[in-house]
Amino acid sequence: MAPLVEMHNIVKIYSNGVVANNGVDFQLEKGEIHAIVGENGAGKTTLMKILYGSEQPTSGEILINGEPVVFKSPVDAMKKGVGMVHQNFMQIPSFTAAENVVLGHEPAKGVRLDKKKAIEVTKELSEQYGLFVEPTAITETINVGMRQRIEILKILYLGVEILIFDEPTAVLTPQETKDLFKAVRVLIEKGKTIVFITHKLREVKEISDRVTVMRNGKIMGTMKTADATKEGLARMMVGREVFLDIHKPAMKRGEKVMSVQDLSYVSETGRTMLRDLSFNLYAGEILGVAGVEGNGQTELVEVLTGLRVPASGRAVVDEIEVTGKTPREVRQAGVAHIPEDRLSNGLSLASSIDDNLIVDRFDKPPFKKGLVIDQKVVENNGKKLIKEFSILTPNGELPVSSLSGGNMQKVVVAREFSSDPKILIAAQPTRGIDVGATEFIRDQLVKKRTDGAAVLLVSADLSEVMSLSDRIITMFEGEITGVFPNASKVGEEELGYYMLGVKRQTAEEMEAML
Amino acid sequence: MSINLVLKGIFSALFLASVLRISTALILPALGGLITDLSGSINISLEGTMLVSAFTGVIVSGFSHNVWLGVLAGIAAGVLFSALLAYFHLYLGTNIILAGTALNILASGGTVFLLFMLTGDKGSSSTLASGVVPTVNIPIIKDIPFLGTVLSGHNIFVYGAFVLAFLINQLLYHTKFGVHLRAVGEDPVAATSVGINVRKTKFVTILVSGFLASLGGLNLSMAYLSSFQRDMTAGRGFIALAAVYLGGRKPWGTVLAAILFGIADALSNQLGTLNIPSQLVQMIPYAITIIALVVYGIRNQQKLIEQTKRFQERELARSKSEQQD
Ligand SMILES: Nc1ncnc2c1ncn2[C@@H]1O[C@H](COP(=O)(O)OP(=O)(O)OP(=O)(O)O)[C@@H](O)[C@H]1O
Ligand SMILES: [Mg+2]
Repeated sequence: MAPLVEMHNIVKIYSNGVVANNGVDFQLEKGEIHAIVGENGAGKTTLMKILYGSEQPTSGEILINGEPVVFKSPVDAMKKGVGMVHQNFMQIPSFTAAENVVLGHEPAKGVRLDKKKAIEVTKELSEQYGLFVEPTAITETINVGMRQRIEILKILYLGVEILIFDEPTAVLTPQETKDLFKAVRVLIEKGKTIVFITHKLREVKEISDRVTVMRNGKIMGTMKTADATKEGLARMMVGREVFLDIHKPAMKRGEKVMSVQDLSYVSETGRTMLRDLSFNLYAGEILGVAGVEGNGQTELVEVLTGLRVPASGRAVVDEIEVTGKTPREVRQAGVAHIPEDRLSNGLSLASSIDDNLIVDRFDKPPFKKGLVIDQKVVENNGKKLIKEFSILTPNGELPVSSLSGGNMQKVVVAREFSSDPKILIAAQPTRGIDVGATEFIRDQLVKKRTDGAAVLLVSADLSEVMSLSDRIITMFEGEITGVFPNASKVGEEELGYYMLGVKRQTAEEMEAML
Repeated sequence: MSINLVLKGIFSALFLASVLRISTALILPALGGLITDLSGSINISLEGTMLVSAFTGVIVSGFSHNVWLGVLAGIAAGVLFSALLAYFHLYLGTNIILAGTALNILASGGTVFLLFMLTGDKGSSSTLASGVVPTVNIPIIKDIPFLGTVLSGHNIFVYGAFVLAFLINQLLYHTKFGVHLRAVGEDPVAATSVGINVRKTKFVTILVSGFLASLGGLNLSMAYLSSFQRDMTAGRGFIALAAVYLGGRKPWGTVLAAILFGIADALSNQLGTLNIPSQLVQMIPYAITIIALVVYGIRNQQKLIEQTKRFQERELARSKSEQQD
């Protein structure tokens, strides 16, 4: 029997000359969960965009159930049963969940909308697939997990058979990820077929039946997940051995470079996000912050980097108080920042890669020459960093928006690492990044620390915090609940208790270790 | 004249009736502004559209001696005029503010030019005997004292404005087209992804807004007055847009806001009899527009902050209950 989907010899050349897919043959069997992995810019998203009709291939053909099809738009693809679960949700914020589910194909009685029917249909689908949503909730007021379920229901309502997920777990908390996987299994039970793009090999092993590895616009191989090992997949993706374990020389802790004293922060809406936080940061160490997302980590990082003003308390770098200063002044004190939300805080999407790489230093030599910026130097700087950090792009003059998600992050990392900071504050530095680049960034973090910089690492990936940090603090509801001076000696479960506020160390216990 | 007389005037049935009449020329274009604003491409040439329709209605009815032909021609001119805007904006990619402004200027100059060509007068069409639409006496109500004076005996545009407000409300919230219109306005990418034709939706919306604005214009020249005067819209097309925002971008809210501005207008008519500089009095409707918008803006900001707060509190509660599981 023919496979459900066959893509033959797909070539995609973008208008800027980037060859994103270079002769790809891809097959999807009915009823399987097919994972696609590959480095940033390997062409995963592009291949799937072609399958659901949002990009047209330069050449090549697509067969569904053995029949050739041509998709001019996602609507065409939808008619043939192919749908996409968008990561940036395609929803109207002021509409209810049900209105979004039926959008574009609303049930009606004559010219009048049948709103009851819309709610019923949503409820039915929701129950049928175990995707809980509240039909009458206003979309903009509900959380990411439910919005993703709306997105799934929306394409199920249109009767799709094939669901494409592009890095669906990148925006989810661990609990929400678990729920999503449960729902994915129900979808399979009901006879659907799923494509699942991810960077997390753990997820590949957990959820998929088969896995396809892409590199450089080509497919390196497809295999049964049961036959694949994480190391083997990583090697195939990157084309060399990848060390999933981190090699870390012993710590040589230096002097205190930052001291945070009784820091509190209250959000615009009056919620206390940080409560009397105190700790010190030393040269030559990586201090990891572990916590369930939303417990004040984001606010901590943004207060320390000058993006927010604390309600009370202070942070001192080398005798200079940095709290309440502008981000620029904080940077001048030697603090670099890899922001969590790189699209809005880390990059100017419409500006060139070269320009993004010098925004923190354009006013200093060698970039500044007289009253103007020396474009030659900017360009060379761009060339050097693009090479050093393997940013995948034909040249540095292109806007950052033309890069794949992971390569955007590399631009931020390249800028911050090359600023030679005394203190590096890294928030979710490897989110959405492929294994090869993750390895690179982790290595660099360790290298910076071994060279004597102080690193504050905030990550939702507990295994990342545990394997990189020298010392760990746990945060729960804006407070430090525990300090673990020897990161390698503490177990995941133990940390979990502190992250959830089940266990707490007393102030006296912590004092000496902070 | 004394203050007493003015006050008496304001609290009379005749005053309320005049508010309704004056508001009509704001309600109709405001509804047009509302739907285009919700569709994401706000029609800022309402002013010009009204002017073109007011002019066409008078000229055609004057020369044909047929009121209804004048009304039809006025509507057709207004719809065509806004089709021009839609074409520039949606098919040629012109910025809608620029195209709309250009059309407003064209309408202002063009009507005077044609007026001079056709009647030999540059200021008004009073030499031309143009038509006036009929008024309606509502049975029973017309005999109730006070209420009868307020509600009955208006021209058909006054009643039409309220019927249309009802219909626009139905259109926006109870038909597919209305849902698509609002979806397109909020997130065109999301709308496209489910197969909604953004351009077509916006085009139709702008045409409908042209229809509504044309009625507003005709109301000025074929009901409220019985002739065309140069620039007789006097900024109503813009005040109508202010009413859209003040009304919270909802049909009935917009109608209420338009009536508020209508009251200000009627008030300035009343106060005109007092011994105050007339320029000051004429400023009232515009000043009230600005004050109302500022108050509205501040209130809205507070509401937004409260909303975020509620949202965060709920999320916090949720995360707590999740932790307990
Ligand atoms: N719209 C576009 N215009 C030009 N080039 C593009 C466009 N979209 C993607 N590219 C380029 O095509 C290549 C493949 O990108 P794609 O988004 O498919 O990668 P990916 O495998 O999904 O990567 P990631 O894991 O980082 O999301 C990249 O080099 C990217 O810069
Ligand atoms: Mg991608």
